[in-house]
Amino acid sequence: MSRVSTATVEELTVVDAPEPFWNRERRLGAGITVIGLIATFVFGSLAESKTARFTLSPDASGAAISINGQVGAIVFGLIAVALGVVMLTGKARRWQTLLLSLGILAFVLSFLCWQVAGKFLPLVDTLDGSLEYALPLILGALAGVLGERSGVVNVAIEGQFLMGAFGAALVGTLATSVWAGLISAMVGGVIIAAMLAVLAIRFLVDQVVVGIVLNLFALGITGFLYERLMQPNALKYNQPPKMPEWKIPGLGDIPVIGPVLFHANLLVWLALILVPVIHFALKNTRWGLRTRAVGEHPTAADTVGVRVRGLRYLNVLLGGLVAGAGGAFFTLVSTGAFNKNMTNGAGFIALAALIFGRWTPFGALGAALFFGFTQKLAYFLGVAGSPVPNQFLNMLPYIATIIAVAGLVGRVRAPAADGVPYVKS
Amino acid sequence: MTTETAAKPAPPKHKEESFLSLFLKNLWSANTFTVTALSIFLALVIGAVLIVISDSAVLSKFSYFTSRPSDALNASWDLISAAYADLFKGAIFDPAAFQAWFDGTGTWQAAFGPISETLTYATPLVFTGLSVAIAFRGGLFNIGGQGQAVIGCVLGGVAGFAFSLPPGIHLIVALLFGAIGGALWGFVPGLLKARTGAHEVITTIMLNYTAALLLSWLIEQKGIHDPARSDAISKAIHSSAELPALPSPLRVHLGIVLAVLVTAGVAWLINRSSFGFELRAVGVNPPAAKTAGMSVAKTYTLLMVVAGGLAGLGGAVQVLGTADKLTDQVAGNIGFDGLLVALLGRNKPWGTLLAAILYGALRAGGNLMQVDIGISLELVTVLQALIVIFIAAPALVKAIFHLRAARSARLGTSLAKGW
Repeated sequence: MSRVSTATVEELTVVDAPEPFWNRERRLGAGITVIGLIATFVFGSLAESKTARFTLSPDASGAAISINGQVGAIVFGLIAVALGVVMLTGKARRWQTLLLSLGILAFVLSFLCWQVAGKFLPLVDTLDGSLEYALPLILGALAGVLGERSGVVNVAIEGQFLMGAFGAALVGTLATSVWAGLISAMVGGVIIAAMLAVLAIRFLVDQVVVGIVLNLFALGITGFLYERLMQPNALKYNQPPKMPEWKIPGLGDIPVIGPVLFHANLLVWLALILVPVIHFALKNTRWGLRTRAVGEHPTAADTVGVRVRGLRYLNVLLGGLVAGAGGAFFTLVSTGAFNKNMTNGAGFIALAALIFGRWTPFGALGAALFFGFTQKLAYFLGVAGSPVPNQFLNMLPYIATIIAVAGLVGRVRAPAADGVPYVKS
Repeated sequence: MTTETAAKPAPPKHKEESFLSLFLKNLWSANTFTVTALSIFLALVIGAVLIVISDSAVLSKFSYFTSRPSDALNASWDLISAAYADLFKGAIFDPAAFQAWFDGTGTWQAAFGPISETLTYATPLVFTGLSVAIAFRGGLFNIGGQGQAVIGCVLGGVAGFAFSLPPGIHLIVALLFGAIGGALWGFVPGLLKARTGAHEVITTIMLNYTAALLLSWLIEQKGIHDPARSDAISKAIHSSAELPALPSPLRVHLGIVLAVLVTAGVAWLINRSSFGFELRAVGVNPPAAKTAGMSVAKTYTLLMVVAGGLAGLGGAVQVLGTADKLTDQVAGNIGFDGLLVALLGRNKPWGTLLAAILYGALRAGGNLMQVDIGISLELVTVLQALIVIFIAAPALVKAIFHLRAARSARLGTSLAKGW
């Protein structure tokens, strides 16, 4: 808009091509309206007319938010339709993101009313579980943010998770210390990150190729050592202590949020603190500016004296630390022992969260929480014997990411130099 | 690398050198063959280290290494040579079995068992490898081989037990179904790439997991799930849809012949057909291809359909040749292994075939190694990954062995294009 400083407003509107009727907002509005209609009619007609209880305690007793399942499914469906129609009018552009989130929320609530009718859903447990599923995804996606914002594609998050999980189990058991385990998990992540960095930055190998191969390498080497060391002698090598849960006095007693956020293990806090820290650092520090410059236009950054390769090494290795810590989750928090291929594709969901979150820390956090919620919901519905197959809920992260990169609802864009090795000419 | 290739060899000296020294000189340079051989060698060396450090009995001998080094070294050598001898015996041939056959105490099936196993494991990898290779030549990175193979397994398998057709025709129909399934699963990222520019690496990774979840849902459904079983397994395919195999203990089936034919077909497609010309042009320089009047979008879409169809065919061959039933793990890791195979074969059809046979051999030998001396099959995964790491970074191999730059260096590392 500011390209011609002398142009008046009238002239500019003439110059600009008219926006097509089906602009981004109207397409989103149409989408929300459609899912609202599905919620109203499909969920509403399938739902039993029984009370759905969302309890605050972990079981069926105690205080709860109750609603008739059928009524709830229809009401929330209609709310989604209304929000979609508001977006379709094209008059609420300022509130677009808010309306979109509310529309999706209403759709999810309608779905929940249908599923929970005649049963109960423990809210605290659901939030706690969602956060637990999301935890490695947050850390993995943050590792991706660090590497990819500086221009190194990291498809090896899965491998870093596996090495982290393995290192945590092995050293955690040998040293009988959670903290030694956590540190060696980070070392494990850094080992894979270092291989990625050297091969991608020094030897200019295709970064996606390296990532995929390193995943297989990590899968093979952890599986090999697991079968050689841990399986025959689990007591000696594969019984790491679990990470303790700490309760912050006062804050931990707040209902719902307290037990989820303030009665948790160190990794939860690490992940939740790292998000704003990395966000702030990327935006406001010298390192952040340089990282973004190297990721978008390395030649320009090099011209003004930024060491492109050095910075990329640094960022990929930092990413390895973070992803390794994410790997520690699997052995020190979740299951308490290492198993072959125990991450089972979580690294790729983290990659999806990174892309869905548009390569930003807060976006990655939001995407990871959303994906974590769908996984927890899939688990819950499986236990509750729902007719909705949990496989389809588990597909959601992948399909959402495909929709996002295809630009069906607003294009996501990677850093310009992401994946392009820098060769000084 | 460019600077070293540009270094001038003294021209008059050339004629004085004997053929042998020239040959040796060229052998010890960074040509395709030497780098491949040294990559395999390096991977085996690292594998040997892993075998030793993961064996507590041998490790305990290293604790008094300074007083009696021979103990530790002999024990390590015994372990490593036993492991790699098994790898060879399980993959190519076991002299003892041949001896038994000649003496009349063994059967010819036992003598040819290892080769049969190697080819059995290699067969699906040829298809998935070709899928990745042809896409690569067109500038697309098809990581979706796994998902496409899974869908190929599903459709091939379902066609194998849901239809009742005469033998032969049934097999062809089932194979076609598999190929069509894979082609559909490849069409989606191809179309998205052509129409919206969505990067195929991202979409194919996501579709891999979508396919795996779809498979695990499908095999629990009525009509597909075997009612006689409580675990997640489908009905068995009809014998009319099975790929004909050699007599029982041998598992190698007609799929390997099909694999060779398809390799020849892909080689023709890439090198001789007009579509192949277009895809290579698009792969080298899309804007130039566009200027020359080719439709880049159409090529991308069609290329992903072909690549998906190949991977789907690989999945169908896996079901109709070896697996017989659909399970969660029916496709194993053939899609991702196909990726390694294509890289090792340098994205050339016949190279991919050879690479697939090498990987099949490692896998078959690994089985014997696991059964015989209890060294986990996962070692093979490590070896396979390491080989490709070294192949993909020829500069690394060159630096380790101080290789000369090859005169016709065609070993340029593939430069990434990013998301």
